[in-house]
Amino acid sequence: MISEQARARIDEAISKLPARRGALLPALHIVQEELGHISPETARELGELFEIHPVEVMEVVSFYNMFYAEPQSRHHVYVCTNLPCSLRGARVLYEQLEAHLEVDENGNTADGRIHLGHEECLGACAYAPMMRVDDRYCEDLDLDKAKRALEELE
Amino acid sequence: MLKVPYVTGYLTERFADDDFATLEGYERAGGYRAARKALTEMAPADVIELVKGSGLQGRGGAGFSAGLKWSFMPTDTDQPKYLVCNADESEPGSFKDRILLERGAHQMLEGILIAAWATGAEKTFIYIRGEYAHPARELQRCVDEAYAKRYLGENVMGTGFRHDVVVTRGAGAYICGEETGLLESLEGKKGQPRKKPPFPAQYGAFGMPTTVNNVETFSHVPHIVERGADWFRGIGTEKSPGNTVFGVSGHVERPGLYELPLGTRLDEIIFEHAGGVPNGRKVKGVIPGGMSMPILPAGQLDVPMANEALRERKTMLGTGGIMVMDDTTCMVRVACVITYFFRDESCGQCTQCREGTGWLNKIVNRIERGAGEPEDLAILVDIAGKMEGQTICAFADAAAWPVQGLMRHFRADFEAHIEHKKCPFSESFAL
Ligand SMILES: Cc1cc2nc3c(=O)[nH]c(=O)nc-3n(C[C@H](O)[C@H](O)[C@H](O)COP(=O)(O)O)c2cc1C
Ligand code: SF4
Repeated sequence: MISEQARARIDEAISKLPARRGALLPALHIVQEELGHISPETARELGELFEIHPVEVMEVVSFYNMFYAEPQSRHHVYVCTNLPCSLRGARVLYEQLEAHLEVDENGNTADGRIHLGHEECLGACAYAPMMRVDDRYCEDLDLDKAKRALEELE
Repeated sequence: MLKVPYVTGYLTERFADDDFATLEGYERAGGYRAARKALTEMAPADVIELVKGSGLQGRGGAGFSAGLKWSFMPTDTDQPKYLVCNADESEPGSFKDRILLERGAHQMLEGILIAAWATGAEKTFIYIRGEYAHPARELQRCVDEAYAKRYLGENVMGTGFRHDVVVTRGAGAYICGEETGLLESLEGKKGQPRKKPPFPAQYGAFGMPTTVNNVETFSHVPHIVERGADWFRGIGTEKSPGNTVFGVSGHVERPGLYELPLGTRLDEIIFEHAGGVPNGRKVKGVIPGGMSMPILPAGQLDVPMANEALRERKTMLGTGGIMVMDDTTCMVRVACVITYFFRDESCGQCTQCREGTGWLNKIVNRIERGAGEPEDLAILVDIAGKMEGQTICAFADAAAWPVQGLMRHFRADFEAHIEHKKCPFSESFAL
């Protein structure tokens, strides 16, 4: 269920835009922040709110990398493996982190704590290698520094 | 912590100062004077003429004249008009807009306000890439400050002009940087680019007349209003005036941002400013303007960083994101990384793009593995050629150009892989 608070924030987003539908991306961000992913149930609720078919909601969800249709690990860790980062060792770091965290073939740790993946350029090219930990950037990394940043996660 | 540019100029010289990131501090440094001047002393048409006369080119990649674009906005319409600030910055190798947002949001907002006055826009949508959570918070804080001070909202600066600014976040899709993909995304849809015409000035955000400009483009505007077109034209080259914020990454001693005049030579940026290549290595190739732009070999770095000069070498300024690769770099691996990106990010609407990006990636991967055939090189060139100029948006061209550049200057790397049936560069970066 979308909470009252989330509903209020979505209504505020709608009020700022010329067309209701424009607030769909903001709404998906708001709801996902609360619930972790967009379930069929949430898609149905959002569909009602935006007067569109739930399938259309899910089409939008699947178009964007930052929206998830499935339940997620508690934290997302993405190593940038685009060219500028790769030139400075990002792919080596990524493999080391895979081994360190002992992630499964989907990139998840067994305890549901971390999902490790790689991402395209995050706009931190001069501070490579780097990773995004949820909505935080960790830059100028080496393996030790990356490990320490991951230890802090609950 | 984001580092401020190593070389600064009028755009970034105060970025180290925390005070500058607040409205009060920005005003102490002379901020919002230009907007007040435009809104109280200049007619909208005069502002457009001034910006046209300054020669300011868009800094989002295509380099189109900002003033000319503003002049396309209809003046005889009852429809609401909008501006869009493109803060999607996702072109690999580009990271300048991020600092312009984090440390210079008021400067950009002032530019937006001036552009709004000039074009008669009632609202600006700032579309910021989803991963830029921290810059988005900084930006929202500055927007709130501007509202509190009546620099946004009703009756801006007591002039009766109304302007609203809405910050919206993307959600991780490179194609939403393309202006019509962005518009679709803003409307709550998949970010699939629109067929043009109609252009955004006729049919833009929510179907209304719209002008889209990049973060940096807006950031130059207050300075032009404050100091004049002649001052601006005195910086940079005749055809490409002003400074820009170059981002240097890859194999250099001092990767970072450098605000320098357009027309600064590429070798000066790499060797004098960024300290050259570490470990006594030599440059092998340089991508001069974000990943979509064709690479230049070591022998061609004596080029002024301005489109008129770069075009002669079959490349472009793009976003000014400079990626330096030393002589250990395998250019086939580079091709693998680049083509993977474009395959991954194609929105899939056009066959040439959807299929072409996949084929390019498959073939270069095969060559890297040592399983390439001699005819693969001709096939690569052929596919890339067929992707150009055929599609709804310029993404397919942007995917073809880097492959063409690599084939033009580093064909020998590809041939060596095919001949020896393996990658000859053991020291190059891992794949
Ligand atoms: C595939 C593709 C991606 C783009 N990404 C961006 C981007 O992230 N930021 C940007 O400002 N412009 C981007 N552009 C250029 C925009 O379409 C548009 O030209 C620009 O925002 C206009 O602003 P300007 O004239 O101030 O440069 C992209 C273009 C293409 C074809
Ligand atoms: S060129 Fe590619 S990215 Fe652009 S609209 Fe066509 S399929 Fe989509």
